[in-house]
Amino acid sequence: MPRRIVIGIRGVGHRVIDSVWRLGYASRFFLLTLLKSGTSFRRFGLIIRELYFTGVLSLVIIVVSGLFVGMVLGLQGYETLQRFGAESAVGTMVALSLVRELGPVVAALLFASRAGSAITAEIGLMKATDQLAAMEMMAVDPIARVVAPRFWAGVISMPLLAAMFSIIGVFGGYMVAVVLIGVDEGSFWSQMQDAVDFRYDIVNGIIKTCVFGVAVTAIAVFEGYDAAPTAEGVSGATTRTVVTSALAILGLDFVLTSVMFRGMS
Amino acid sequence: MQRTTMDLWVGVFVMAGIGALLLLALKVGNLGTYSSAASYTLTGSFENIGGLKVKAPVKGAGVVVGRVTDIQFNTKTYDAVVTLSIDNRYQFPKDTFASILTSGLLGEQYIGLAAGGDETALKNGDKIMKTNSAMVLEEMIGRFLFDKASENKKTDDDKSGNGD
Amino acid sequence: MTPEALIETKDLGFSYGDRSILKGIDITMSRGKVIAIMGGSGSGKTTLLRLIGGAIRPSSGYVKFAGKIVHEQKRDELFQMRRKMSMLFQFGALFTDLSVFDNVAFQMREHTDLPESMIRDLVLMKLQAVGLRGAHDLMPAELSGGMARRVALARSIALDPVLIMYDEPFTGLDPISLTVIGNLIRRLTDALGMTSIVVTHDVQESLKIVDYVYFIADGVIAAHGTPDEVRGSVAPFVHQFVHGEEDGPVSFHYPAQAYARDLKLEGSFA
Repeated sequence: MPRRIVIGIRGVGHRVIDSVWRLGYASRFFLLTLLKSGTSFRRFGLIIRELYFTGVLSLVIIVVSGLFVGMVLGLQGYETLQRFGAESAVGTMVALSLVRELGPVVAALLFASRAGSAITAEIGLMKATDQLAAMEMMAVDPIARVVAPRFWAGVISMPLLAAMFSIIGVFGGYMVAVVLIGVDEGSFWSQMQDAVDFRYDIVNGIIKTCVFGVAVTAIAVFEGYDAAPTAEGVSGATTRTVVTSALAILGLDFVLTSVMFRGMS
Repeated sequence: MQRTTMDLWVGVFVMAGIGALLLLALKVGNLGTYSSAASYTLTGSFENIGGLKVKAPVKGAGVVVGRVTDIQFNTKTYDAVVTLSIDNRYQFPKDTFASILTSGLLGEQYIGLAAGGDETALKNGDKIMKTNSAMVLEEMIGRFLFDKASENKKTDDDKSGNGD
Repeated sequence: MTPEALIETKDLGFSYGDRSILKGIDITMSRGKVIAIMGGSGSGKTTLLRLIGGAIRPSSGYVKFAGKIVHEQKRDELFQMRRKMSMLFQFGALFTDLSVFDNVAFQMREHTDLPESMIRDLVLMKLQAVGLRGAHDLMPAELSGGMARRVALARSIALDPVLIMYDEPFTGLDPISLTVIGNLIRRLTDALGMTSIVVTHDVQESLKIVDYVYFIADGVIAAHGTPDEVRGSVAPFVHQFVHGEEDGPVSFHYPAQAYARDLKLEGSFA
């Protein structure tokens, strides 16, 4: 029996040391990526290529989901607000929920599962098929040539995608509340514009998306680069990207919200 | 994928993203609502502005016609001087009546303009002469109690009603 | 230039944790030769290539490339050194997101400031050398295994290296592609004055093209010689390997405890 306990404690210690080591390794990798980003900006074509894969190819899912989320917000908002006779505030509700929370968070979650997993799988497969080793043997640094452009493309795409998500969502809410249900169009927009402050709501929302963009792509490139060079290794890394990104997004969202939105109407 | 098509798509993507950001700022947020149209300024003195804030709407017959751009305290008259920015499309006569109103029972406060019958219109920099202060809930309740008390006292005896 | 040794290893050893993979390897390779390194699967052949390329550090001894000790170079110096070497990976390791043309042009674009028109000419020349000029705008996914290997070969000679290392270049090829790749290795080595190291277990094909053979077994050099010496060798290991016999010094069975004991039959017979 005491032997079992010792083995158990040893297991816990092993896990802790392992995860601390991995965290340190990941931070070091992140710093290296930043340090070696010069090439990507000198040859911006590298980033443009990755913008196509992370940004343009994520457009459809972002636009469609944004529309539906906005429409649901319109329905639910109307349903709740009309009990208090405040159905004209539905625009405010839709816009504030999207700009402050749902836009950044849902867009980042979708981005992690669409683009983040693709980045991990691509880098992981390049590793598994010796492409990274071949590059290294050609005296080309894979972090500068493969990792950094993907990282920056993700960081650039994320705020743009989230902005599109929010604006399409507002449009979806407008479709449901104004066009379908018949809330007054003027009060829909004017109440929204009264309540949504540019600096307080919109800028803070954009800051959130930038943070999420850095977190998601940093996780995605690290998991890809760190993947075991086998089919199972790559699929496991892809799953880890989505799970870790989701947890990071929600955790960071809480931290950022508690720092940003306190006081003021 | 051809390089040029890829460039085109990325260009479309980035422009759509920036367009979305601009739309957010102008259409959803309040950035566009008070600097977009040409406007003129009016001032008005109020005894008490209650909870009026800068950027509060100015409404004529319930339509937003402008914004509150500045609130100052006048140390000579002990009044609040409120500067209003009114859209050029809307003209108001000289004897317009400005009052601070509340939207709903607990909603935010705004300035309501009620047009008078004067022939000449207010011009840029003019002062609105007729103003009506904000209804402050505590004062209203206080006045109500005071009135009740003085009514009672009047019926009891005809002495002064400064009971409390 | 004097025919000094391009690569020299001295007492080279590498171990992974407690497991020793290579030990006491002494090899000298002179310029302009095709050298084969043969051995069974898992005998440490690829590890030797990685040691020469500086991808891993030896745990004992050293590798000298053109007179310099590889593992003592700084990262920048190592990268400079690697521009003179190139490596052909087992399945080509072509960049799957780039076309054949861009794969071959990759190093030229990364390491030189050549104008695009000159890069185009050079790439087409390299592709012509492997007979695939017509395939320059295909993607790697559209190539057969043999073609991919040839594109990778064109890519590895892009900057005219002095050394090319081939990791199992014959694996998984049909007989025609096999001969094509084998002849290409020989012809390019002679035409460009390079040195080639071919790591393989394909005895028959490689004996046709190489100048010298090293056999590695259990992490040490078991035998070496010219192809003719190897073919006529009576050393049991070489004989078994060259003729592909099932049993010999390399046993069919992985070392294990007694069979009967593993099946727990001991007690019932005793």
